[in-house]
Amino acid sequence: MSRVLTLKINGEEMTGRERETILEVAQEHNIPIPRLCQLDGLSTVGACRLCLVEVAGAPKLLPACTTYVTEGMEINTNSERLQNYRRMIIEMLFTEGNHICSVCVSNGHCELQSLAMKIGIDHIHLPYLYPKRGVDASHERFAFDANRCVLCTRCVRVCDEIEGAHTWDVSGRGIESRVITDLNQPWGEAESCTSCGKCVQACPTGALFIKGSAVGEMTKRSEFLSLIAQRREDNRR
Amino acid sequence: MPKTITIDPVTRIEGHAKITIQLDDSGAVADAHFHVTQLRGFEKFCEGRPFQEMPSLMARICGICPVSHLVASAKACDALLAVRIPETAAHLREVLNLAQIAQSHALSFFYLSSPDLLLGMDADPAQRHLFGVAQAQPQLARDGIRLRQMGQQIIEMLGGKRIHPAWVVPGGVNEPLTADKRDAIRAFVPEGIAIMERTLAWYRGVLDSYAEEIEAFSALKTLFMGLINRQGQLEMYDGVIRIVDSERQIIADGLAPENYASFIGEAVEKWSFLKSPFYRPMGYPDGTYRVGPLARLSLVDSMGTPRADEALGFFRTLNWNSAFHYHYARLIEILYCFEKIDRLLNEPDILSSRVRALAAPNSTEGIGVSEAPRGTLIHHYTIDDNGLITRANLIIATGHNNLAMDRSVYEVARRYIDGTKLTEGMLNRVEAVIRAFDPCLSCSTHAVGQMPLQLQLIAPDGTVVDEIRR
Repeated sequence: MSRVLTLKINGEEMTGRERETILEVAQEHNIPIPRLCQLDGLSTVGACRLCLVEVAGAPKLLPACTTYVTEGMEINTNSERLQNYRRMIIEMLFTEGNHICSVCVSNGHCELQSLAMKIGIDHIHLPYLYPKRGVDASHERFAFDANRCVLCTRCVRVCDEIEGAHTWDVSGRGIESRVITDLNQPWGEAESCTSCGKCVQACPTGALFIKGSAVGEMTKRSEFLSLIAQRREDNRR
Repeated sequence: MPKTITIDPVTRIEGHAKITIQLDDSGAVADAHFHVTQLRGFEKFCEGRPFQEMPSLMARICGICPVSHLVASAKACDALLAVRIPETAAHLREVLNLAQIAQSHALSFFYLSSPDLLLGMDADPAQRHLFGVAQAQPQLARDGIRLRQMGQQIIEMLGGKRIHPAWVVPGGVNEPLTADKRDAIRAFVPEGIAIMERTLAWYRGVLDSYAEEIEAFSALKTLFMGLINRQGQLEMYDGVIRIVDSERQIIADGLAPENYASFIGEAVEKWSFLKSPFYRPMGYPDGTYRVGPLARLSLVDSMGTPRADEALGFFRTLNWNSAFHYHYARLIEILYCFEKIDRLLNEPDILSSRVRALAAPNSTEGIGVSEAPRGTLIHHYTIDDNGLITRANLIIATGHNNLAMDRSVYEVARRYIDGTKLTEGMLNRVEAVIRAFDPCLSCSTHAVGQMPLQLQLIAPDGTVVDEIRR
């Protein structure tokens, strides 16, 4: 049994357990921390930086999804500085891709969209990059619209860790980064793909969707991922 | 010395346009043009997108008649799926389209044109707007606002929101109608009909005072094109195309809408970003035709609903070649919309849960045609093997009317403009003929009476000789 730790989040005393992340403890106490790359059931990579929090004594901001709680930790999850950073990150995600909510299959059910609304983004202050990106609709059942990809890598992790196929991966560096299937082939030609569709369910935006969905029709469910992960864990024991 | 008068922008229309009138040495009108000065690019930027996105994407062409684009686009997508959609879905789409036509016509007549019709063509421009109408005849303004509200609320009840609902999808609609909503929509019908009978009676009374304009607006004679159903009645959702001449003689009948390219050509003129469609067998520009309320009522055998048919009887006594009567035709169509909505909602299967045909794309080419408030609307898509758009061609209702509007401007300018002494009323008549067509030149409409109207007399060397600002 892991040790119980006491800590403070936003000035409030609470307890957590050893080997629990700040995000997990916050979730248990209904303290919202935004994130796009973290998904229950998948490994954490701390890539999106939306869950950054302030920890007293730490010289820099720490991602809540990959930082374990320690005894006596004092955490601030919602300072003005953090709000500003989050707003900036979301704005940069919008300007880096081509996110046209009005014609998106995920309109109304999109994690990026609802985060932006929650954070109160009503204008984008940075110039849009309008990158030229295409749609890969070569798969029989699913499609990938790179314009809407925020590079959270949930698809990469779910395919590797839960399905075990590792069809998805990331190619390129920096602003050239993008997710690819197999050896950068059209998805429909990717031999490793089992067409299980877990990547579609894990994707936070309309980047991955079921073919034939009209605007706003793509609702996603990912709760089953942590169930599968848990059962695998139980079986191993 | 030859001069050019420019009316830029044209006010109380949807979108941006300008009119130029060229005068000869004596100050008489030598030529005139209607210029559409905006480029939207929808046909181009939809390339590479999944076709299932098209209804919602194309609906963004317009904020006033988004439903028309939704419907025509969804029909083109049905053709890509190669399915026959459930009858209930077709009926529901038609109800949505009729509600849209009613509210759009109300906008055109009450908001944009009634200031000219109630207050007069020469009235003070500062008063010539909906608020002026509300002062002079409050009931008329109230009726117009109420009609729009009813139309928009029907759209909201069916589609989930008033502007750009995503309810219409390839293969049908994505949610069946509930009994509550059906009853709520039907409850609007008696009021809608009462408003229209009141308005038609008032309008018939004022027609005589516009005898001169009616005559002046009839100088241009064209063909008329529109959809009809199998009984030769007015059809807003499906059907076949009929073309009649200016004498209402049938030139072509039962044309399959998907063969549009065989009988409609699209010319490009250097003075406008809007293409100039023409009827191919008669060539360019002799094949100039008109679409929209005036055309539809001129070519149908009957409306197919009792009250609208009665009103059509009076319309037949008018000179249907006069663009002025677009207004009267528009009013009859609003009446028809309410009657037809009621009839469709009374269909026994209207609450059926079978409202969508599911399929993968089975054809690489799809054409969808329906009637929009302003006339016949054509969406034509081709897709690749993965369902991504490779080409889109749209012929918007206002596009069909482009040539006719251009020539009407010339005819009306020739009749009214005296280059030696410009008056505001003269120029308003030139604009009024455009307003009669109710052109929708973009997705935007402009606040009534707020747009500045700038009239310039320009000498050949470019110097401004005279200028009036509204």
